[in-house]
Amino acid sequence: MIQEMWSSLLHQPNTQWVVLSTMLLGIASGVLGSFALLKKQSLIGDAVAHAALPGICIAYLFIGEKQLLILLIGATATGLLATYLIQLITATTRIKKDAAICMVLSVFFGMGIVLLTRITRQADGNKSGLDNFIFGQAAAMTRNDVYTMAGVAGGLILIAFLLFKEWKLLIFDPDFAKNSGLPVGMLETLFSTLLVVTVVIGIQAVGVILMAALLIIPAISARYWTDRLSLMVIIAGGIGACSGIAGALISTISTGLATGPLIVVTAAGCFVVSFTFGIKRGLIQKLTAHRIRTERLKGEGI
Amino acid sequence: MDALEVRNLHVAYDRKAVLEQVDMTIPKESLTAIVGPNGAGKSTLIKAVLGMLKRSSGEISILGKPYNPKNRIVGYVPQRGSVDWDFPTNALDVILMGRYGHIGWFKRPSKQDIAMAKEALQKLGMEEYADRQIRQLSGGQQQRVFLARALVQDAEVYFMDEPFVGVDAKTEKAIIDLLRELKQKGKTVIVVHHDLQTVPEYFDHTLLLNRTVIANGPTEEVFTKELLQKTYGGTLAFFTAPGEQRSG
Amino acid sequence: MTYEGWILLTACLVGISCGMVGCFLIVRRMTMLADAISHSILLGIVLAFLIANSLNGIYMLIGATVIGFVTTFAIQSLHNAGVQEDASIGIVFTTFFAIGVILISLFARDVHLDVEHALMGEIAFIPWNTQNILGFEIPKATAMLLCITIFALLIILLFYKELKLTSFDAALALTLGLPVTLIHYLLMGLVSITAVGSFDAVGAILVVSMLVVPGSCAYLLTDRLSMMLLYSCLFGISSAIIGYYGALLFDVSIAGSMSTASGILFLLTWIFSPRYSLLRRFLITAS
Repeated sequence: MIQEMWSSLLHQPNTQWVVLSTMLLGIASGVLGSFALLKKQSLIGDAVAHAALPGICIAYLFIGEKQLLILLIGATATGLLATYLIQLITATTRIKKDAAICMVLSVFFGMGIVLLTRITRQADGNKSGLDNFIFGQAAAMTRNDVYTMAGVAGGLILIAFLLFKEWKLLIFDPDFAKNSGLPVGMLETLFSTLLVVTVVIGIQAVGVILMAALLIIPAISARYWTDRLSLMVIIAGGIGACSGIAGALISTISTGLATGPLIVVTAAGCFVVSFTFGIKRGLIQKLTAHRIRTERLKGEGI
Repeated sequence: MDALEVRNLHVAYDRKAVLEQVDMTIPKESLTAIVGPNGAGKSTLIKAVLGMLKRSSGEISILGKPYNPKNRIVGYVPQRGSVDWDFPTNALDVILMGRYGHIGWFKRPSKQDIAMAKEALQKLGMEEYADRQIRQLSGGQQQRVFLARALVQDAEVYFMDEPFVGVDAKTEKAIIDLLRELKQKGKTVIVVHHDLQTVPEYFDHTLLLNRTVIANGPTEEVFTKELLQKTYGGTLAFFTAPGEQRSG
Repeated sequence: MTYEGWILLTACLVGISCGMVGCFLIVRRMTMLADAISHSILLGIVLAFLIANSLNGIYMLIGATVIGFVTTFAIQSLHNAGVQEDASIGIVFTTFFAIGVILISLFARDVHLDVEHALMGEIAFIPWNTQNILGFEIPKATAMLLCITIFALLIILLFYKELKLTSFDAALALTLGLPVTLIHYLLMGLVSITAVGSFDAVGAILVVSMLVVPGSCAYLLTDRLSMMLLYSCLFGISSAIIGYYGALLFDVSIAGSMSTASGILFLLTWIFSPRYSLLRRFLITAS
């Protein structure tokens, strides 16, 4: 199987493209996910991903064909609406953030399912391939899809690189950021929008249900290797890229397996390794530190 | 027999020690203030004593016996910020919760429990607010509800975490009257307190804490400039020791 | 009973059981944990199927309850090990769900269990799969759901006081000697069995909306927990009924339509609730 993957990677341009785009996606979500994690917005990413489904369906109902860019615009619109609704519910009622996220997530997904069943029950709706968006099917992407995705992911990485120090300050100390004359509101909005865009370009490869994992798992894994944000972002991007590549390869070779779950399981593997062996707060590191400390205490006769 | 005896208590968060080698006793029928700078581990001490935080080591006994919540001899008033004020419940209902330990499993509050709760409300001047949702109460009123709840717990030793923070003068007076009444009834009250100015007036016993016990004893002996300086280090700029003129 | 009657009864039972349990999740701010459990039970169901080689309700119930506890425990352990809470939730349930989906695609393709079922349930098929209980032909899923609803109701009635106190002020509960952790796991166990009971009807994901949305509507209408429980059940039932007829009208998924209906009910409550509504806020600021 490994050999098969290798030869397919070497000789099939389509596979190369798919792998390249999931890799870029992995990097983008690792980077944006790191910021989201530190801003404690990871689960909003989950809500956005679920909320993308009705957007895709509505866009499809409008144009009547599967044109990725338009579908993604629809997804971005409902994704943004979801973040806005979560904020509005928590601001105007006594409902807490967790319940607001859960409500928006599940109700939007429910509407997505309603629309999806509507589309599949229409004449030739079955061929829409929209259900690929639920669990992700990298192999089903056309050359054009791949270009779109790779382009957007590249753009996201570039923006994150350019705004790195501003976002860092914004997350760490928003009040100070405001005092330093940064346009805090604008940066916040930009970040939320880019987070939504990251989620949206990911749903074709990873699917709406599991896309949040690609934001969360690489970022939290990276945390076990470094205490510095710049390194964390790079490592998270690397883990995201590896998960993307592995998931896409396994899925394109052994046909029929959805890409999303494979990417998530690979990422989870990376997490387990980081959690155990990581040099900052990893399990083994913690145990040894504890032993050294106990010995020191014993030495002091306590 | 002491109200509270703590031996060899160590508490650590993650890898950082918060409390080290705390040894102390607090006498029965005292009003005790736990005083110390921010981050000294005052709330941590209470929580560790009551088993809400994991202790690295340490033995706790309350009224001569190892602490066991089932004995129901301890009442606890948490910091006001620690509960959800949007919870669907009203003032009387919150006070009734103090009776749950006595009511026992599977039973509902009896008429007597409800009467007790109403009496406690009245004692704190809150009878007209019984049906209010708790968010609709002022900060001082919320604090009084908590105190009323501790009252109906009918405990022997009370632990209160910063009950005077953010309350109005009327509530402050109601609280201190209540503390004195409890003492008169033979109860012990241990209070985390932040306002140094009122310590000598309100409390007869003081524990100075900064990650470990700096001093512990009758307030007039412990509450001295030297010991306070030792507790607060260089951060005591705004405080003038007892007897001196209040300023700033 | 008619075919339609059974579906409506099943949907209403989903509304009632989820509505009751959901209230406690909302006031404890633990809805995300319920979201995680409801995703994870897919893995529990698949594993139970692979081990017992049957789709018998009992095995599913056991598998899902076990995985529910494992999820709760894993999230708690990660959190204790220093992972922030939202991230530990996010890691655990996505991983379990992903493994569940992979296992279904690999091993369980040709049986009754498929991915679509996990997504939106198959309430329309429930009335066909019946069992003779005490001389009545009752759909298996409905019977199981009925037992679960009664069980949940009993637990809530018996432990109402303890559930309420541990939800409101766990610190006080500890000093009163209540087993706070045990009660937490008891509630999570209730979430697991409610979710698995609703699995056939609405699937693993849409059950989240039945757990969270009716309770949230009720939360905006009353200041008493007991009334909140009652209102929540009523909202659950209304979502089920409106959802069912909506689905018939537009020829769409029943589960998705129930979820959408609950969303619409929430929107209306949010705007018009006499106590905590947008309208009231608006009027107060305007006057």
